[in-house]
Amino acid sequence: MLDVRDITVSFSSDSAGSVVVLDGVSLRVQPSEIVGLLGPSGSGKSTLLRVVAGLHRPDSGHVWLDGRDVTDVPTHRRGVGMVFQDEQLFPHRSVAQNIEFGLRMAGQPQAQRHRRVAEVLALVGLEGVRRRPVTNLSGGERKRVALARSLAPDPRVLLLDEPLTGLDRVLHDRLVVDLTSILRAADTTALLVTHDRDEAAAIADRIVEIADLS
Amino acid sequence: MDRHLDRGDAALSDRHPNRLPAWLLVALVGPPMAFAIVFYAWPLATLLAKGLGPGAIADVLGRSQTWDVVWFTSWQAVVSTALTIVLGIVPAYVCARFQFRGRRAVLGLLTAVFVLPTVVVGAAILAVLPDSLDRSIWAVLGAHVVFNLAVVVRTVGAVWEHLPPDLEAAAATLGASPLQVARHVTLPLLRPAITAAAAIVFLFTFTSFGVIRILGGGARTTIEVEVWRRATQLGEIDAAAVLSVLQLIIVGGAVGWSVWSQRRHGHAIALRPRAVRRKARTLGERRLVVATAAGVSGLLVVPLLALGERSVRTPDGYSWTGWTTMGRAEVRRGVRLGTNPLAALVNSLEAMAVATTLSVAIGGLATLAVAAARRGRWLDTGLMLPLGTSAVTIGFGMLITFDTAPVDWRASSWLLPVGHALIAVPFVVRSAIGVLRAVDPRLVEAAATLGATPARAWASVTLPHLWRPLATGAGLAAAISLGEFGATSFLSRRTTETLPIAIERLLGRTGSILQAQGYALAVILAAVTIALVMLSELVRDRARRS
Repeated sequence: MLDVRDITVSFSSDSAGSVVVLDGVSLRVQPSEIVGLLGPSGSGKSTLLRVVAGLHRPDSGHVWLDGRDVTDVPTHRRGVGMVFQDEQLFPHRSVAQNIEFGLRMAGQPQAQRHRRVAEVLALVGLEGVRRRPVTNLSGGERKRVALARSLAPDPRVLLLDEPLTGLDRVLHDRLVVDLTSILRAADTTALLVTHDRDEAAAIADRIVEIADLS
Repeated sequence: MDRHLDRGDAALSDRHPNRLPAWLLVALVGPPMAFAIVFYAWPLATLLAKGLGPGAIADVLGRSQTWDVVWFTSWQAVVSTALTIVLGIVPAYVCARFQFRGRRAVLGLLTAVFVLPTVVVGAAILAVLPDSLDRSIWAVLGAHVVFNLAVVVRTVGAVWEHLPPDLEAAAATLGASPLQVARHVTLPLLRPAITAAAAIVFLFTFTSFGVIRILGGGARTTIEVEVWRRATQLGEIDAAAVLSVLQLIIVGGAVGWSVWSQRRHGHAIALRPRAVRRKARTLGERRLVVATAAGVSGLLVVPLLALGERSVRTPDGYSWTGWTTMGRAEVRRGVRLGTNPLAALVNSLEAMAVATTLSVAIGGLATLAVAAARRGRWLDTGLMLPLGTSAVTIGFGMLITFDTAPVDWRASSWLLPVGHALIAVPFVVRSAIGVLRAVDPRLVEAAATLGATPARAWASVTLPHLWRPLATGAGLAAAISLGEFGATSFLSRRTTETLPIAIERLLGRTGSILQAQGYALAVILAAVTIALVMLSELVRDRARRS
């Protein structure tokens, strides 16, 4: 279970002194629950994801994961997965090498890694692209690989930062359906950040507005 | 959202749990820092301490000969700079605004000459000029122009090709004649670029050493040459140190002025992202393009051809004697050489191998450190300093620092390549740092969310980007080491003299075979340098495309 308590984040900016982006935000995500986090751009929803992932340190407040305070735990030991808005696939590694990266970090033996890569590739509907370089994938394929990569190490919570923004309508709608079934099939606990209410309604069990969290 | 605010600070900030471990930063920063302190900062401090001794200052500044040298150094630099700018403006315009066959060839030729070792350019000018002009001021000015033309064409042309032509059209619709457009619109907009080019050319010509050693004929000396003469020929170390410091002050002032001036006259112009070049349309335009291309090519190619021609010229007609006798210490019975050209070639290659390895190791670590460390900017600036310090200053400083036990390293064969590496490291860092800085910090974050430790994330995401630019840097370092003359003049010994030293020595002698050998060595040096630089640019362009 993810439990975010009283998170405050402010950024110092040249023009306006210090800007408070998150002001005492609290949020709970139950096991296997998918929460859609809505808000206009600039409302701090991506920052909240980065705080949960440990990529940004909050000024105050705590992040609890499965009953443990992880606020001071570095990202790599939190067991969170993250799908970035622009995928951030490692350009110098093939599809399979991208997906097995997390498994390698966890020290899994090769045979096991191999099995898991095949598993998640099947889950996202991408059999047969293992050896392809990630630089010549289509937009939809890139999203699927990014999703497969974050799901492979079986994270305690999956963070999705506007994963379907910037795709054309047809591809977007198809991926909404696929993403929903993939997350359900993997029984994932997930926090989805988006500004698209319909998308959130289709994927999430529960929708929260970031404005209501303070 | 908020990208601009939180981008990339995660791994760097002081207390962030994702920061890189301290041992890694120390391992990256330590060696380059130690290298810079021992071989750059310390010798420079020694030099300053000697050069600022009150007795020596009074003595040197009291001599009228000192002021003759300063005067000559300054005026030849100013005249060389002015000539280069004037002669470079038209080619800059033609290459920036017109699309014509051979345009890339002309630009490539300019670059090729620019990367040539100073002694090779000096030798080429010596080869092309008739004996009456051989070691005159005209030879010096000519060499400086040929050498630095690329700076003007590249620097000014880079801005010119992105200037929106509509600005000039707008001025024309307001009633400005072509001349008025040039005077009131184009030139003011180009002014920062012209100032920048002038500053670079002034810096190069003010600190000119190799060209003057070959073409100055002993009578004309710049401050650099005078430092060398006093230190190594006359043994007046203190006087040489004072001159070195004087030179540092003048150069520092000139650089400061150019930075200030560029800031003051900088305009925010909406430069066009893509250069628009067109074919020459009118007869006048076509004539201009052809004449410019032919003129520039001639100016650059003829001296190089003369170099080759002189290497096979003997009093009895053309022959390969200069080339074939190169390895033999005895040219004719009884005529022995103090210089063995073939041994010089071997020495040069040895120094090049060590210097390149060292530059790549130190430069690679420094690049990683600059990209990773929070205070990387300081290291970056520190490592750029050798660029602003002349090679002569570097060599001289090392010579007077490492001369007493336990650091009496003058006899060590590695001191020369260390000097070369010091000069080459900034180029290695420059060619690699841009690539590393362009690595998206979110890739590192992605690795962290997949369970990679900060060190592991760095090693698997950032590190792989280093190899290709490092190969480019290695090519540059090799070329720099091969042609290095300033520091080498202080650090090489009789038994380990390198190609440039041998060339200068052979060309300074009478005797047609010795001269031919000097020219032959210059041809070899030119060919190898150009090949190395082309190879390194090829690697870079490949990397860009993939």
